[in-house]
Amino acid sequence: MSYVIDRRLNGKNKSTVNRQRFLRRYREHIKKAVEEAVSRRSITDMEHGEQISIPGRDIDEPVLHHGRGGKQSIVHPGNKEFTAGERIPRPPGGGAGRGAGKASNTGEGMDEFVFQITQEEFLDFMFEDLELPNLVKRHLTGADTFKTVRAGISNEGNPSRINIVRTLRSAHARRIALSGSSRAKLKAAQVELERLKREEPDNFGDIQELEAEISKLHARINRVPFLDTFDLKYNLLVKQPNPSSKAVMFCLMDVSGSMTQATKDIAKRFFILLYLFLKRNYDKIDVVFIRHHTSAKEVDEEEFFYSRETGGTIVSSALKLMQEVMAERYPINEWNIYAAQASDGDNWNDDSPICRDILIKQIMPYVQYFTYVEITPREHQALWFEYEQVCEAFADTFAQQQLVSAADIYPVFRELFQRRLTT
Amino acid sequence: MTAYDGATQERKRQPLSTGSEWTFELIRAYDREIGRIAERYALDTYPNQIELITAEQMMDAYASVGMPLGYHHWSYGKHFLSTEKGYKRGQMGLAYEIVINSDPCIAYLMEENTMCMQALVVAHACYGHNSFFKGNYLFRTWTDASSIIDYLVFAKQYITQCEERHGIDAVEDLLDSCHALMNYGVDRYKRPYPISAEEERRRQKEREEHLQKQINDLWRTIPKGSGKRGEHDNKRFPPEPQENILYFLEKHAPLLEPWQREVIRIVRKIAQYFYPQRQTQVMNEGWACFWHYTLMNDLYDEGLVTDGFMIEFLQSHTSVIYQPPFDSPYYSGINPYTLGFAMYRDIRRVCEEPTEEDRRWFPDIAGSDWLSTLKFAMKSFKDESFILQYLSPKVIRDLKLFSILDDDQKDELIVPAIHDEAGYRTIRETLAAQYNLGNREPNVQIWSIDRRGDRSLTLRHQQHDRKPLGSSTEEVMKHLHRLWGFDIHLETMQGDQLIDTQHVPPKGETDPASDYPRLDLIIPPI
Repeated sequence: MSYVIDRRLNGKNKSTVNRQRFLRRYREHIKKAVEEAVSRRSITDMEHGEQISIPGRDIDEPVLHHGRGGKQSIVHPGNKEFTAGERIPRPPGGGAGRGAGKASNTGEGMDEFVFQITQEEFLDFMFEDLELPNLVKRHLTGADTFKTVRAGISNEGNPSRINIVRTLRSAHARRIALSGSSRAKLKAAQVELERLKREEPDNFGDIQELEAEISKLHARINRVPFLDTFDLKYNLLVKQPNPSSKAVMFCLMDVSGSMTQATKDIAKRFFILLYLFLKRNYDKIDVVFIRHHTSAKEVDEEEFFYSRETGGTIVSSALKLMQEVMAERYPINEWNIYAAQASDGDNWNDDSPICRDILIKQIMPYVQYFTYVEITPREHQALWFEYEQVCEAFADTFAQQQLVSAADIYPVFRELFQRRLTT
Repeated sequence: MTAYDGATQERKRQPLSTGSEWTFELIRAYDREIGRIAERYALDTYPNQIELITAEQMMDAYASVGMPLGYHHWSYGKHFLSTEKGYKRGQMGLAYEIVINSDPCIAYLMEENTMCMQALVVAHACYGHNSFFKGNYLFRTWTDASSIIDYLVFAKQYITQCEERHGIDAVEDLLDSCHALMNYGVDRYKRPYPISAEEERRRQKEREEHLQKQINDLWRTIPKGSGKRGEHDNKRFPPEPQENILYFLEKHAPLLEPWQREVIRIVRKIAQYFYPQRQTQVMNEGWACFWHYTLMNDLYDEGLVTDGFMIEFLQSHTSVIYQPPFDSPYYSGINPYTLGFAMYRDIRRVCEEPTEEDRRWFPDIAGSDWLSTLKFAMKSFKDESFILQYLSPKVIRDLKLFSILDDDQKDELIVPAIHDEAGYRTIRETLAAQYNLGNREPNVQIWSIDRRGDRSLTLRHQQHDRKPLGSSTEEVMKHLHRLWGFDIHLETMQGDQLIDTQHVPPKGETDPASDYPRLDLIIPPI
C-alpha cells in the first residue's frame, strides 16, 4: 500500500533556524571576514553577499577517532600491478597508503569551511551597532514638519469641518430621546380619541379634554428643536510629526595636484560606505558631488572620482558652493543633510579660518552630520586645527578623523558613526 | 506463471509512459506495477508514504541528517550551508531520494527527477530499503519504526522548552558535548522498549524526580558508621567497565540537573536509532540496488517501459555502482553500493549457476533457492558478518581487491594479499574487520570513578593494533569534563600495560576557574 503526497508547497526553509544558529555561533568569525572584505572590495562592489571562510579546526565537531599510526590494514579495489608479499615504498606525506580517504577524512582535515552570506546579511554585519547620529532624535521629536491626519469626530471645531451625517444622526437621536414619552402619550391619546369618537360620540367633555391634551402634546413635541448646537459634530484633524525620510549627502573632495589617485580611492570608499549606510535609513537619497581645487564645481559621480585636475587648493570654495546648493535645493525642513569631506589636509593657509567661519555660521546649524576625513600619513596642517574649533562648537554633529590606508576606513567609519548612547 | 505470460504478451506494446515528464498518476501507476512485481518476490515492506519535494526541501532534509524533524542545533545549519554551497555551484548533485526508517516508510522524491528516475527511486527506496528496514535483525532489535516520528516530535518540543527556560546557549553547549560523545551513547546489548510520545512525556516527569534522588544517594558522603567502611570503599564503581558513556553520565553524573539528563537521553536515543544504519551500509545499499535492478528489469521484460527508459535507468544505475580504482583521483574508499550490489548478485549466481569453486566455498547455498537464501542473508547479518560470510572469490577477483598493511614501525608498506587463491581469506577477513564498528572506533570505556576522593572519572582506551587516538581527543575530553563536572583521566592500555595517560584539566592545574567549559551547575548538598 502506497500513498503519494505532494509536499512541494510545504515550507522550504526548514533549515532557517539552524542556519541562523550557525551564524550566531560564528558571529565573530563572520564579522572579521566582513570587515576584511569591506577594506578589500572595490567601490562599485557592495551589491552582493560575501563568501565567508572559517578555519576547519574552529568548526569541527570533535569525536573520538583513530589517529594515524599503528598498524592499519586496508582493502582497496582495482589492483593492477601488485603481487602478494610485495613491499612498496611509503607514499610521501605518510598516511595509510594511497588515497586512504576513509582514514583521513574523519579527523585531520584542516580545510576551510566556506559558505555564502547574502548581501543583506553582509550589510547587516557591516553596519552592526551603527546608527545615524541624531537620526533618532529627529525622528522622535519631529519638530520640523507635520502632516494633518483625520482622527475621528469631535464636539468642537471649525464650521468648515462640520460632519453633516454625524450631526444629523446625533440630532435624530436627541429628538427621539427628548420627545419619546410625549410621543407615546400622544399615540395613546389619539387611540383613545378614536375609540371615544366611535363608541361614545356623545361624550363631548372627554373628547374635548383629549383634544386639548393632544394639542398640548403636539406643542411639547414641536418645542424640541430639529437641530441643536449640542448636536454639532466636527471632523477632527490632528497634526502628526512627519519624520523626514529624505536625505541629501554632500561629498566634498579636494582634487588638487597634491591628491593622488590612491588617496582619491580611499576617499571614494569612505563616500560609498556613507552612501550605503544612508541608503538603509532613508527612502530617498540625493547625492551631491562637489570637487574643488582653487574653485569648486558640482559634478557627476564619474567626473568626481576619475577626472584629473591640477592646481592649488582653496577649501572654502567648496564649502561656499555647498552652502549655496543647500539654500537653493534642500530646505532643511524636508531634507536631512549629511556631508562628508575628504582632503589630504593641504589648504592655502589664509583660507582655513574662512572655512571655519563658513562652517560654523552657515553650514553646521543646518546639517545632521558633517564628517571630515584627512587622508594623509603626514602631520596635520592649518585646516585640521581650524576644524578642531568647529568640532568644539558642534561636538555632536561634527567629526574629523585621519586615514592612512584603505584598511583604516572601516574602523574610522565606525568610530564616526558609533551609536550614541545619549541621543 | 504460464497464465501470466499471456497477459504480458498483451501488455508488451503498452509502456506506462513514453516521455520523461512525471505526473502523480504516473508515479502511482509505476508504484502499483513495481509493487505488484515486488509481491511476486514476497518482499515484506512497511506501507509506503511517497512525498514529492523540491530541491530546497531536499537540502533541508539533508541538513537534518535524514530525520524528518529534528531539534535545532548549529551543526545542522553547518550541514545545510555546505550542502547549499555545493549544490548551488553545481559541485554536487543532491541524492535522488532520502528514505526514513519509519512506519509508514517515508521516501522523499525530488521534483527535478525524470519519470525514469522516480521509478528507479520508488523501486530502490520504497521496496529495497523499506524491506531491509523491516527485515534486518539489527533494525528489528534496535529501532522501532512505528514510534520514531513520535519520539522525534517529543525531542524537538522538549529541547525547545529547555531553550525557553534555560536559554539557547546553555542548551547548545550541552548538545555540543553530547554530540561529541554520540557514538559512545549506544547500547549494544540491551534492547530498548518502544514507547509512544505520550508515554515518553509522562515517564520523563517521573524520571526527573527519581533520578535526582538516586544520584544524591550515590554521592552520599555522610559516614555510615565505622566498621566495614574501608572495605566498602575499595570497591570499584562502576563494577564493570561501561561502554555507553552517555548512559553512564545520564545516570551518574553528579552535578547535572534533571533537564540536562533528559537532553543527554534524547541524544542517546537518536544515536541508538542510527546505530543499525551505521553497521549495515553495504548490506542496506546493496540490497536496495539489487532490488531496483531486478524490479526495473522485470518491468522491461513485461514491456511496461520503453527502451529509452531502460537506457536512462542503466546509465544512472552504472554510475551509482561505479567503483573508481584505488589510484583514481575520485577514489575515496570502497563504494558500499558497488560492494553490496556485487555481493547480492553473486549470491544469486551461486544459487542459480554454481561453479565448482562456489561448491567448495559455499557448500550450503550453492544450488539452493536464491530468493530465500538472499532474504536470509539480508535478515541475519550486519556488514562485518555479511562480508565474512558471503564475500566470494569471484567478487574479490571482479573488484580486484588487494590489501595494504601500513605499519608505522616499518619503512615500507606491505601487500599481504591480493585477489588470488592464497589471498581470498585474508582479503575477506581484512575487509570484514574494516566494517567492524568496534575496530573503526577507538575502544574507550568508563573504567572507574573516584567516589570518595576528587570525584574524577577515569576512562580506559584499549589500543587496537597500536592505533593512537586522533587529534580531537582532548576536545572530546573537555566536553566530557563539562558533563561530568570533575577531572577526567584517560588511560591508554596495550593489553594490560598502561602506555599513556591524558588529563583534563591537565595534571597540576585543577583551578576550576580555568577556561575548561562547564555547565552552570547547582552543586548538590554534600
